[in-house]
Amino acid sequence: MAHDTLQPDRVTSEGPLARGLLIATSLLFLLLILAMPLLAVFSEALRKGLPAFLDALKDEETFAAIRLTLLVAGISVPLNLVFGVAAAWTIAKFEFRGKAILSTLIDLPFSVSPVISGLVFVMLFGAQGYFGPLLASYGLQIIFAVPGLVLATIFVTFPFVARELIPLMQEQGNADEEAALSLGASGWQTFWHVTLPNIKWGLLYGVLLCNARAMGEFGAVSVVSGHIRGQTNTMPLQVEILYNEFNFMAAFAVAALLALLALVTLVLKSLLEYRFSAEIAASRRH
Amino acid sequence: MTLTSSKGWQFRQPSVLPGFRWTLGFTLVWLTLIVLVPLTGLFLKSSTLGWDAFWTLALEKRTLQALKISFGTAFLAALANVVFGTLLAWVLVRYRFPGKRIIDAMVDLPFALPTAVAGIALTTLYASKGWIGSLFAPLGIKIAFTPLGIVIALVFVGLPFVVRTVQPVLEELDREVEEAAATLGANRFQTIFRVLLPGLAPAVLTGFSLAFARGVGEYGSVIFIAGNVPFKSEIAPLLIVIKLEEFNYPAATAIAAVMLLLSFGLLFVINLIQAWSRRRYGYGA
Repeated sequence: MAHDTLQPDRVTSEGPLARGLLIATSLLFLLLILAMPLLAVFSEALRKGLPAFLDALKDEETFAAIRLTLLVAGISVPLNLVFGVAAAWTIAKFEFRGKAILSTLIDLPFSVSPVISGLVFVMLFGAQGYFGPLLASYGLQIIFAVPGLVLATIFVTFPFVARELIPLMQEQGNADEEAALSLGASGWQTFWHVTLPNIKWGLLYGVLLCNARAMGEFGAVSVVSGHIRGQTNTMPLQVEILYNEFNFMAAFAVAALLALLALVTLVLKSLLEYRFSAEIAASRRH
Repeated sequence: MTLTSSKGWQFRQPSVLPGFRWTLGFTLVWLTLIVLVPLTGLFLKSSTLGWDAFWTLALEKRTLQALKISFGTAFLAALANVVFGTLLAWVLVRYRFPGKRIIDAMVDLPFALPTAVAGIALTTLYASKGWIGSLFAPLGIKIAFTPLGIVIALVFVGLPFVVRTVQPVLEELDREVEEAAATLGANRFQTIFRVLLPGLAPAVLTGFSLAFARGVGEYGSVIFIAGNVPFKSEIAPLLIVIKLEEFNYPAATAIAAVMLLLSFGLLFVINLIQAWSRRRYGYGA
């Protein structure tokens, strides 16, 4: 049997029994923690059949919540996209002092509780906040209104695009851009025709994750929303209200829409990783 | 990366690429407006309370208990995620089995699924009449509406952090090290626990800290399943919301400031671990 133990496969892997046990344990864990919650959302939403599900969605307030979610994501995602590209250009393409600090500061919102992300804007623009009285004197409202929702959403999704682009652009280096410039291209031409094609899939990946978070954010928007029905409730907030009213059917119907969005996000994300792994940040490759 | 040339101190290295000033300026302005000013505002607001008032609010019994619950449950959940997340990463990297690609994609579900949706789904499942909760109810174990429920929600939220930090490191790991251990007479168990796992430690630690940090601040997935009984299952972020709804802004600010300080401390520790592991193992997990 001594000869057997020297098989390379044997020494760097486990026996079939151990392997099966480890796979079974991790699959059971995934089933209990990840898969069943997802199933539960759809099963609760479709409990009384598809017509009942669609009926539960046919509600003026729910429509308003969907519109608001699209509006808030539609404003905050493009803004963070522009910021992400600019920040990545600065950090990935140049060497300057304080770069590491800047990089850490960009990640800061990730380590702030969503509730606090909302609270900081209440402290600035709320009735009791620094600029509250000033805004009120001009009749402007930020907190308990759409601008507050947008600000809180921008805050929580702040790092997504930059985080995705920085390692990617660092890995790609500056050679392509330098070649384009030496051949007489202008700065903008270089960016549009050289850099952007290089980073497009990584950018799309970052935008995808940014959008998923923007549409699904709960804690931060909950604090600044004021929960005015039909006016400042986004879809996740609408889920909470319906759920707390014991209107489970409708709550899970809206939740199912959000879960569908999550599934679409996951599928697109996997497709991007599969097809363009080389053009997506190195840190994501697996 | 020498930033000092013959000209002495330099802010940046010369480069032919354009747009440095423009993009740095824009980045700094946007960062300042969206992140730095609001966060500084919160600290300034809490400093206007005065030292004594601040600590009276921050050290109130209910607040301390909420912080303890938030940090305690986040710690337990991160610990569970270290065990199952590392196992999952191992299974995904080392074994082949049907449906592996789907399982791999599924791991990111908590990043994509809105927390409120996760919250109501987990509550429905783990309540004593739910699919999973009903299995535990006869054993006298209540999961939803207890601190155990909070831990379950935080395990859900934190899982991808551990898997996604351990997985790439595990992929890079050299098989030759294992073969060397085996030729030197180690059995598989010894190889795993004395050769492989120590090398994974920095990645696991980073994953743990990320999951822990996320769990401490988590709100959406927790409030539905927690039961929210003061002193028992009330988390710190919820207490902030409660104080805010009572228009008790000083208390909300004080709790938030304490939480922020603790989170930033945690962030600092994560950075130290990464710097250390880069020096020790040649990679920053």
